[in-house]
Amino acid sequence: MFEFIRQQLWTPLINFMVPEAYQGYALLTLDALTKVIVVLVCVLTAFAYTTYAERRIIGLIQLRLGPNRVGFFGFHTFGLAQPLADGVKAIFKEIIIPTGANKTLFIIAPVLSLGPALAAWAVIPFSEGMVLADINAGLLYVIALTSLAVYGIIIAGWASNSKYAFLGAMRSAAQIVAYEIAMGFALVGVLVASGSLNLGDIVRAQSGSVLNWFWLPLLPLFLVYYISGVAETNRAPFDVVEGETEIVAGYQVEYSGMHFAIFFMAEYANMILVSTLTAIMFWGGWLSPFQGVPVLGEPHILWLLAKAAFFLYLFLWIRATFPRYRYDQIMRLGWKVFIPITIVWIVVVAGLVVSHIPPWFN
Amino acid sequence: MVMQAIRNYLKSLFLLEMLKGLLLTNRYLFKRKITVQYPEEKTPQSNRFRGLHALRRYPNGEERCIACKLCEAVCPAVAITIESEMRADGSRRTTRYDIDLAKCIYCGFCEESCPVDSIVMTRIFEYHGEKKEDLIMTKQRLLEVGDRNEAQIAADRAQDARYR
Repeated sequence: MFEFIRQQLWTPLINFMVPEAYQGYALLTLDALTKVIVVLVCVLTAFAYTTYAERRIIGLIQLRLGPNRVGFFGFHTFGLAQPLADGVKAIFKEIIIPTGANKTLFIIAPVLSLGPALAAWAVIPFSEGMVLADINAGLLYVIALTSLAVYGIIIAGWASNSKYAFLGAMRSAAQIVAYEIAMGFALVGVLVASGSLNLGDIVRAQSGSVLNWFWLPLLPLFLVYYISGVAETNRAPFDVVEGETEIVAGYQVEYSGMHFAIFFMAEYANMILVSTLTAIMFWGGWLSPFQGVPVLGEPHILWLLAKAAFFLYLFLWIRATFPRYRYDQIMRLGWKVFIPITIVWIVVVAGLVVSHIPPWFN
Repeated sequence: MVMQAIRNYLKSLFLLEMLKGLLLTNRYLFKRKITVQYPEEKTPQSNRFRGLHALRRYPNGEERCIACKLCEAVCPAVAITIESEMRADGSRRTTRYDIDLAKCIYCGFCEESCPVDSIVMTRIFEYHGEKKEDLIMTKQRLLEVGDRNEAQIAADRAQDARYR
């Protein structure tokens, strides 16, 4: 498909518009652009239908049906057009900027939270060789970008000129600092076990059967990483940042229309990102669980999508199950439980690696 | 004592209670849903349902209301306005019988108080008004509602008769 677009669309365009000497660079840029657009369209579609899935699944768990009305051409089709209707509504709503708000920062904040959430997808390997930027510091890049997301929230809380928004931003800052450390340590464990920062190499280091995947030797780190991911994306039960029963909607309280929708997009893009990263780093990415079986055993992108979908479902499942943590309990869990566990387990993993324990590190 | 503490610590460390909770909610995911999908499905209605009001007639076509104004007096929301005069045949009849649906609280006291079973509440609940005036039921509109639904109204009263 990329080849087709290059030959039918970009090559004629470049021949027409770009001087001879720069045609090579232009083609390279446009090729990358095609891939970026494809990935972004996929991620944003996934975002739209994650919101739908969330409302349906939480509804079903609470013995309701969830949205099942909005459909195409007068058919209900299980409410599948609901995300489109929501999107159109958000676009046509007025954006209200409160009096006394810092206008520039107020407008930049949603972009600052969405940007890193989408940019992190550049290094995600979807299948063997199917990756936008196959860089050697992939894991580092992901950590850096997920940490940047907090800026959007803090700036939104500051720029809103509202007490609730500010409280939400302060809670977010403290919470993300606490869990960022545990998350980073968990990833250090992955780094030690795989010996590489390249996400593709991390998946390749797990090849073998299900037992070879890193979830088994890194079980505590896997749990810590996933729970920190839930905390990092400010999802229930760690949603004190939004805390709708205490501070209305936290940092989002003054946002409306598309502005609000962009925060929403960032949250869900981050959720999907954390799910995908969990699948890649601990559950063998695109590797098949049925190693050795003729057709099912083949590594394929569908395995990655299935694993990511499960962890995404786990996000919704957890939200429907657990009540919100008290704030001091969140801090206790982050600082006094997760960080010690990860530090201990890094030492254990290092021991396993150094002594070449099979079947993982031989 | 110490054993108990260690057991509790391990229990919380391995998230056992959390897992139990997750399994419980997952069971609910597959349970039968209780949502009634309204326009297509409807919940059963009692014969004592208190919906839109109606004025009834005797089988010979004579309106029942004798303008005693008991309903107007009992109405807690002061939603009923009645004016009356003597008709040519000497009987007392209403010239005006308005119910303001925006004031009405659907308590059913008017029906209880009526000595001739004239004002009744029907099973109709799906109605609306686009202007304020649409929500004021005049005598004529109330009689029309009664004429249209007399069969249902009579059946409901008959079913309830032995409890009164």
